[in-house]
Amino acid sequence: MLLRHTTKEVRERTALTVNPAKTCQPVGAMYAALGVHGCLPHSHGSQGCCSYHRSALTRHYKEPVMAATSSFTEGSSVFGGQANLLQAIETIFAVYEPEIIAVHSTCLSETIGDDLNQIVNKAKDEGKVPFGKYVIQASTPSYVGSHVTGYANMLEAFVKYFAEKTNEKIRQINLLSGWVEPSDMRELKRIMKMMKVKSVLLPDTSDVLDTPMTGKFEMYPKGGTTIPEMVSMGDSMQTLGLGEWATTKAAIMLDNQCKVPFDIIDIPVGLKATDRFIQALAKAGRVSIPESITEERGRLLDVITDMHQYLYGKRVAVYGDPDNIIPLIEFLVDMDMKPVYIVSGTPGKHFDSRMAEILSERVPEAKYKNGPQADMFLMHQWIKENPVDLLIGNTYGKYIARDEKIPFVRMGFPIVDRIGHSYFSTLGYTGGLRIVEKLLSAIMDKQDATCLEEKFELVM
Amino acid sequence: MPNRKNYINGLPDPSTLKEEILKKYPPKLAKKRAKGLVINDPNLEQEIMANVRTIPGIITQRGCTYAGCKGVVLGPTRDIINLVHGPIGCSFYAWLTRRNQTRPLEGEDNYITYSFSTDMQDENIVFGGEAKLKEAVREAYEIFKPKAIGIFSTCPVGLIGDDVHSVSRDMKAELGINIFGFSCEGYRGVSQSAGHHIANNGVFKHVVGLNDRERVGKFQVNLLGEYNIGGDAFEIEKLFEEAGITLLSTFSGNSTIKSMEYSHTADLNMVMCHRSINYIAEMMEEKYGIPWIKVSFVGAESTCKSLRKIADYFGDADLKAKVEEIIAREMAKVEAVKSSIRPKVEGKLAMMFVGGSRAHHYQDLFAELGIRTVSAGYEFAHRDDYEGRKVIPSIKIDADTRNIEELSVTKDEAHFRPDLVEKKAELVSKGFEFKDYDGMMPDMLKNSLVIDDVNHWETEKLIEFYKPDVFCAGIKEKYVVQKAGVPLKQLHSYDYGGPYTAFDGAINFYVEMERMLATNIWKMIDAPWKHESELVGSMTIEA
Ligand code: SF4
Ligand code: SF4
Repeated sequence: MLLRHTTKEVRERTALTVNPAKTCQPVGAMYAALGVHGCLPHSHGSQGCCSYHRSALTRHYKEPVMAATSSFTEGSSVFGGQANLLQAIETIFAVYEPEIIAVHSTCLSETIGDDLNQIVNKAKDEGKVPFGKYVIQASTPSYVGSHVTGYANMLEAFVKYFAEKTNEKIRQINLLSGWVEPSDMRELKRIMKMMKVKSVLLPDTSDVLDTPMTGKFEMYPKGGTTIPEMVSMGDSMQTLGLGEWATTKAAIMLDNQCKVPFDIIDIPVGLKATDRFIQALAKAGRVSIPESITEERGRLLDVITDMHQYLYGKRVAVYGDPDNIIPLIEFLVDMDMKPVYIVSGTPGKHFDSRMAEILSERVPEAKYKNGPQADMFLMHQWIKENPVDLLIGNTYGKYIARDEKIPFVRMGFPIVDRIGHSYFSTLGYTGGLRIVEKLLSAIMDKQDATCLEEKFELVM
Repeated sequence: MPNRKNYINGLPDPSTLKEEILKKYPPKLAKKRAKGLVINDPNLEQEIMANVRTIPGIITQRGCTYAGCKGVVLGPTRDIINLVHGPIGCSFYAWLTRRNQTRPLEGEDNYITYSFSTDMQDENIVFGGEAKLKEAVREAYEIFKPKAIGIFSTCPVGLIGDDVHSVSRDMKAELGINIFGFSCEGYRGVSQSAGHHIANNGVFKHVVGLNDRERVGKFQVNLLGEYNIGGDAFEIEKLFEEAGITLLSTFSGNSTIKSMEYSHTADLNMVMCHRSINYIAEMMEEKYGIPWIKVSFVGAESTCKSLRKIADYFGDADLKAKVEEIIAREMAKVEAVKSSIRPKVEGKLAMMFVGGSRAHHYQDLFAELGIRTVSAGYEFAHRDDYEGRKVIPSIKIDADTRNIEELSVTKDEAHFRPDLVEKKAELVSKGFEFKDYDGMMPDMLKNSLVIDDVNHWETEKLIEFYKPDVFCAGIKEKYVVQKAGVPLKQLHSYDYGGPYTAFDGAINFYVEMERMLATNIWKMIDAPWKHESELVGSMTIEA
């Protein structure tokens, strides 16, 4: 047994987290900053954080993930990190020549009380920021929230520093993306094109973290939201935020600063969330929904009805980030599956109400928890108590899946043992098809591998 | 661009490369980096600048003290709960990411698959986290009933005044199991290296010597600085077992706290990764009189040499004969594979930048295939790992290192082994060398470029200059280098392959190099139409 010490007796914990279903803010800030063109993320703290975050993202994407660090040592922890950041800014512009340095803090610099704003201003005053180049900053203490919070904070910083309101509105909408894959960002852009809605997508990690092999390393790949695009966001007609946890702050900032009204909706995962997304797009962009989109929806529904018998009533355990798993769970319920155990380490009070709304009638037995001690250990204990037919979440679930012999579908962050997430989207109706395909493959592969020989089916 | 053919008459002088690298740096940085890049001459005594802080803003390979302490030295030990006191990230990232394989028996404890954290919140930072830490220890004890708990400090802990040592003492008294803390906050040193030292101190203070177990073998040894990445330690264990050498404990691959408790009953300590573990070897010699030798099981030749050295140390005729028998049998297998692969890869160029000893050890494996190392360096080593232990007295201790505790160790009269001291003296008089580490530089070719704490910009320039056939580094460098069209072999995680130690490991490595170097896939990067003139479309579909 891989997790040989996990038993079904749940002892209430108030201090100990075991096998977390979240990680820390800066990795989210780093990921968001990689979705801006010509931007180098910078971690203001000691080297370890930056090294860990780069490694985590690199393992997930199998792509270069560039970021710099303030390399704190004992002295900086006593005297503060100002000297480190000033020197870092100078070094980075000289050696790595980015357009933007996106600084995020760490537990260490936050605990010391470094004022990033003041230090960055000092760097500007001292001429350490070359003309036409930018340094922006976000506060991302890891003892608050989770990696999703860091992502949200960095998005907010980008719109705060770049979005400008002129007197002329532009006939476009802002699409703030929650934490999704490069493939998903590409899919969002494809959908916008089909809908003929002009938009700015922020951030956009497609063509950054899914780049082709060319024999030439590009420090700043061609993708990413550009500075002029971010500037123009202040004049957009409307903002659509995809995912409450990741995009609300930036949407509010755009509203406060540039009077761009906003709507926050779910990330378009599965049928209904995509329906809402398409309708919101149509309304915001004042366009009618093209037949081709309706056809995509029809294909998804067609497959679900074809294969419904394999999905019906299946008990599922899901862990991940609220923005991603809320619409996913809604989708599972729509397909008559039973998401019975759900955890997310990311805190946020709406989680409970959203879960209740989706589950109370259809899956009243469901247990869900988010925030402190809502970890994979707890979920595993629930599974030990009463097994499930399917497990959905990041790579760490494979230890539970193997011990309990549960079919396992990888979704979320990080996925470090399979490929595909960077290239095949799980958003929209087409992405929904991919989710259904993955669920079915996992469930049916198990049936094929374990059923009695006389029950082995050719046609399924 | 130098012509590759010239390399047959020795490596090209990389002075222009070094100049070009430094030209890009602001003056202060250039001055410092100049001392970290040395054009090697094995016949000269050259000094390299190492174990100094990385300049802020530089994209470095290095990690932090906590990583060195929790991740490297104690992470691979299975029967201890390693509880990370801090915000969630530090524990999350060190969760199973280092591939320390372990083989617990049925019913034995194994916590390696778990991640434990106090997940500090805002209020813990403001009001202190000791109470939460204590409660977390209690919860861990009640749920898991471990025999030992280690507590690891992350960056904020020291600053907010939490004392993990006093909490450990209190909880040890309360729960009656071994509990000890580490002040391994990330900023304590300039790299992981400080964490190694702190971990060595902690294990020596709190674990080694707790159990005076009776002798169980004729030749009792410990293996230090072997972490069982990809099963490396399994290969070495296999050899020892066959030779009749009793391996008491490994620090720390495939290890248990239990075995470390009686490690002081060994007759000999063998050091693999000099950087991460030499402290414990030194302290065990002071306290118990156990001598240590440097060994390496990376490469078939090094394995032979190390086995013979151990046999010579014990001076036992049967042991020597057994070792020779194993060597003869295994080398026949090794030679067979080597001779089929070597012609396909001979003359290729490699460079490697990792850790604190592998960048040296792996040069031996490459050399066995006729692959030359044109440039190498460590991520977190000290000068002695480059220039040899002879320079230790002359190493200046700077402010970043000064605060790491140097344990003062005294002789343990009850357990001290005068017989080993005598044995050592006798062997020394016959020319047998102890504590023998001459470092990487004397083993490298003239004009090879030795680089400490290589960074991203330097990596790019190195590739441009040498166009190496294979580059060895870690996960953060992996895809950067491969995008440039050069295959990268990870020498921390082995790209999820291995083992590469001892004889079977060497064979694995040869086969792996054949895979990486003989493939045609890198030649397919350019599309076939890349060099064709563009056609102007006459049947273009208008969008
Ligand atoms: S939790 Fe804090 S100290 Fe740990 S890796 Fe994250 S930012 Fe760094
Ligand atoms: S050789 Fe490398 S992996 Fe090993 S301990 Fe030393 S540094 Fe770490």
